[in-house]
Amino acid sequence: MKKICSLILLSAFILAGCQTKIPKEALELSPQSLEMRQLQTRYFDTADEQTLLVSSAGLLQDLGFNIDESETELGFILGTKDRDAKNAGQIVGAIFLAALTGAYMPTDDHQKMKACVVTHPAGENNERIAARVTFQRIVWNTQGQISTRECITEPEIYQEFFSKLSKAVFLEANEI
Amino acid sequence: MKISKYSFFCLAVALALLVSGCATTQERLLDSDGSQVQIRSIQTRAFDTTDREKTLRTVMATLQDLGFVIDQADNLLGTVTATKLNKYALRITVSIRPRGETQTLVRANCQYEDKPVYDPEPYQQFFASLEKAMFLSALQVD
Repeated sequence: MKKICSLILLSAFILAGCQTKIPKEALELSPQSLEMRQLQTRYFDTADEQTLLVSSAGLLQDLGFNIDESETELGFILGTKDRDAKNAGQIVGAIFLAALTGAYMPTDDHQKMKACVVTHPAGENNERIAARVTFQRIVWNTQGQISTRECITEPEIYQEFFSKLSKAVFLEANEI
Repeated sequence: MKISKYSFFCLAVALALLVSGCATTQERLLDSDGSQVQIRSIQTRAFDTTDREKTLRTVMATLQDLGFVIDQADNLLGTVTATKLNKYALRITVSIRPRGETQTLVRANCQYEDKPVYDPEPYQQFFASLEKAMFLSALQVD
């Protein structure tokens, strides 16, 4: 009895001390931050920040995002969209697992995707405008639990985004 | 079965420890476990500038460098809110206001998952990054 009670006391001490803490590097500049900035930023030879913002908003709409927030005075737009996140490979895997072991494994179901565009004047005389886009997504599984929370870093995505932004700037300039 | 005095003591302490982790709605809502003055001093720095827009834009750029996505920005109110998703969720609100004739106060408060961050270190790291981007020193406010 004494032993059991001592054990309970010990585990209570451990549980009371167990708290999830913020990771040390969460607010520290990572060595990759410069590389990410370059990937996520393009410069446009215009001094007209507003037009670039309007083009960015148009592009976000082209890509199916709804504009949630914006502050034109600071050069900021946020768009979000809800999309399907079902993954054929994952589902096949889950079916095999269920057939073999009878265990049910939840698979990805839907996701919320966020795109944020921030513009700012650049160059010595502010003769250029920089646009930086960042993407994030949250994925929920078939049981409604969050399965993934991440920042999207694939270079191809950013390249496609900016090639489309250049096109949007052109379309906007020609009022198409 | 007879419970000895020692066992009874152990169980009582264990229960007290487990219950101490729970907080009332009032404590959760008002986060009343920290000292107001101390929290402000951890979360606030002064910069020798009066350029409000530049400060806000630099805050946004710094947050982007740190891997945040900006959720909200308001020039009039002087606030920026952003979220970082990296397996965990970290949310930050940065607010600025003028201090005297020559300075601007920058304050940040963070929420990690479902808890407030009172640790001084993450804030020191944030202001260290902001300092570099502002080309100005972050001054401790008393």
